[in-house]
Amino acid sequence: MDITEFYQTFFEEADELLAEMEQLLLGLDMDAPDSEHLNAIFRAAHSIKGGAATFGFVALTDTTHLLENLLDRARHQEIRLRKEMIDAFLETKDVLQEQISAYRAGTEPDSEMVARICAVLQQLANEENAGAAGQTVVAPVQPVSIISAAPAAGPTSAAAADSSQLRVKFSGISESDRKLLGSELENLGNVVAQTQSGDSLTLWLETSCKADDIIAVCCFIIDVDQIDITENAGAPAESVESTIAAQPMTEPPSTTVAEPVAAKVIAIATAAAVSTSAQSKAAAIAANPVASAAAKESSSIRVDVEKVDQIINLVGELVITQSMLAQTAATLDPVLHERLLNGMGQLERNARDLQESVMSIRMMQMDYVFSRFPRLVRDLTDKLGKQVQLVTFGKATELDKSLIERIIDPLTHLVRNSLDHGIEKPEQRIAEGKDPVGQLLLSAQHQGGNIVIEVSDDGAGLNRERILAKAIQQGMAVSDTISDDEVWQLIFAPGFSTAEKITDVSGRGVGMDVVKRNIQEMGGHVEISSRQGNGTTTKIVLPLTLAILDGMSVKVGNEVYILPLNYVIESLQPRAEDIHSVSNEEQVLHVRGEYLPLTELHRVFNVADARTDPTQGIVVILHGEGKRFALLVDQLVGQHQVVVKNLETNYRKVPGISAATILGDGSVALIVDVSALQRANRGKAPLLAAA
Amino acid sequence: MTNDHNKILTGQDESEGQKFLVFTLGSEEYGIDILKVQEIRDYEAVTRIAHAPDFIKGVTNLRGIIVPIVDLRIKFRLENIQYNHHTVVIILNIAERVVGILVDGVSDVLTLSRDEIKPPPEFGAALSAEYLSGLGTVEQRMLILIDIEKLMCSPDMALFETAEAA
Repeated sequence: MDITEFYQTFFEEADELLAEMEQLLLGLDMDAPDSEHLNAIFRAAHSIKGGAATFGFVALTDTTHLLENLLDRARHQEIRLRKEMIDAFLETKDVLQEQISAYRAGTEPDSEMVARICAVLQQLANEENAGAAGQTVVAPVQPVSIISAAPAAGPTSAAAADSSQLRVKFSGISESDRKLLGSELENLGNVVAQTQSGDSLTLWLETSCKADDIIAVCCFIIDVDQIDITENAGAPAESVESTIAAQPMTEPPSTTVAEPVAAKVIAIATAAAVSTSAQSKAAAIAANPVASAAAKESSSIRVDVEKVDQIINLVGELVITQSMLAQTAATLDPVLHERLLNGMGQLERNARDLQESVMSIRMMQMDYVFSRFPRLVRDLTDKLGKQVQLVTFGKATELDKSLIERIIDPLTHLVRNSLDHGIEKPEQRIAEGKDPVGQLLLSAQHQGGNIVIEVSDDGAGLNRERILAKAIQQGMAVSDTISDDEVWQLIFAPGFSTAEKITDVSGRGVGMDVVKRNIQEMGGHVEISSRQGNGTTTKIVLPLTLAILDGMSVKVGNEVYILPLNYVIESLQPRAEDIHSVSNEEQVLHVRGEYLPLTELHRVFNVADARTDPTQGIVVILHGEGKRFALLVDQLVGQHQVVVKNLETNYRKVPGISAATILGDGSVALIVDVSALQRANRGKAPLLAAA
Repeated sequence: MTNDHNKILTGQDESEGQKFLVFTLGSEEYGIDILKVQEIRDYEAVTRIAHAPDFIKGVTNLRGIIVPIVDLRIKFRLENIQYNHHTVVIILNIAERVVGILVDGVSDVLTLSRDEIKPPPEFGAALSAEYLSGLGTVEQRMLILIDIEKLMCSPDMALFETAEAA
């Protein structure tokens, strides 16, 4: 068995643990930290360290070890949390993430980076030690709590008490292993003293664990023949000194030594009670992460996305087969074939339910995206000298996995924009009579078959004059009289930026066009509304999933096309007097006081025997990207849910077509790309360069 | 063991040559490497794709996969194209894609040894010589051997996105 097989699992778990750690760190109240949270952060660091040590990722083990030490002391209230500390912890988290990425890529992490973050953590630990020298109060806390907890556990046997003093000698070990072994033994009991000479380390441990158990634990780190354990060995008096010498980072400096040592003496005196409770405490520490891990495992499983997609495809096939059968069965005599038809009805319901459940597997909560923003906001506001409160709504809103991963980048960009350009500095906000703390709102909600994600700030808003001036300066054809909406659309033009100076946060003018393009590729669109002085709201509208859509099938000549239902507003039969020509080429349709451009689908797709007279056909009013237009088709066929099939798998992109699907009779129908028709209408991007 | 096995296989190949699926287009007989062929199906109605070249008949549903169908007879500029019960679609597996070609009928699977394959002469525009792998002779009949993968991936087939860029 190759241990590398388990790397992937470790990396995935470590990623999750780091994400959890970050979230907890950000949520931590520095003045009165929740001990449960601190414990959870500690456990996360501990679990990563354990895994890293098992797989021999030395840098990762070392860094997490230092982090764990600090966290351990924080959760025992031996040190007080400060903002720099949280900053350092967050930075450590980033470094750990990079280390994991490096290991994942099969390389060693950047040793300079590791050394630097280790130095930062050491520095913090040292500072705290110096602080502790002043306030010795904190030192004896641990033994005292053990004693108070003792009666509940009770002594198990006198023998356990007698054998509680063990001398553990390790030979031929490296520096990093030494630290690891030390901390492992601390989990098993009290390390009374330790000495080291050359590459060997000797520890005096008081514990009720059997020698065999200790060997078993240490085997994860070193070989059995490197361990030598002697029972009932008294700790040498001088070893107290060497403890201090050996571990200056984790032990308080000499002024405080007297107290912990004294406490340990008390602990030895009440050996039976202490050692048992120490053991049970160690067991509790060990059991805790295991218990939470077990709870997680039982409620979810890790599955390859490909497997899920395969199931989705198969279910899609099943639904198509079912509707094919239903069509055939519809021609049968209902009286003669009652039972068959009943069965068909049941099959249809089951197939639909199955499809829905399978689709829900791919759904992920928006929390996956939103949870990464508190950190971004925190870092950026610090850098920009602003005060911003981040509020998120609709974390539980679900979105298809493929979409949720692709929304992260555009959304990050919008958040950065809001922080950099939108929300003003506190002084300026006060001058304008606003709360110095800006509000940044992220929300997600379902609207029909769409999900609407909003990034909203109460900052300065878009500046119409400046955007216009910039647009004219960059040679865009604009007039001063265009509507606000059209002005806001200008910022989506490539290379457009109104920022006075380029910062590393934003302002390079690459971005909004990319945001818009990404969203369009996902089948969605972006809307902006803004009022100067009152802030900006950017609205992203996306379909819930790319795998299925509600479609309206329409017939043109003998061909069937699918219009995505979420673009369709209404359909009507136009009257001759409502159709007007503009020049010779274009036609507009007059609908309730509005003139809509009329596009003939048969002309777009060169359909031969279609109805060319609009009054003989049906006009479907579609809206895309905030604009509406009318599309002439021959007739409406029906509405159904269709499974989206990529046309580019075996063929190529077809202008005006977004994908294909399979109809109930097994034939292929093409899905119309409404946004592309829309763009072609506005003449910005001709649909068919060749035609 | 696998080495021995391979030797036996290659040994067979050398003595027995390459296997070709033989199909007809009009009065001519063509052969393509049988290993590229996935299956043979009846010709069913296809969905036309607007603005595609005329030899691309459209797309069809092959058990849930959308497959483009190329009419080789139009591509090779044959006259009198008929759609009857002999007309079949050969489904090919090419460059990790699935493509169907429409032919006038499939007749045989033949094995040609190397010395039965002659180098191709120069042809005109419809079927450039670079897509031919040779001419074979079987019982006095001539067999035109096509490098079907090269032909299907060629830019003027306009089947794949890369073709457009070229």
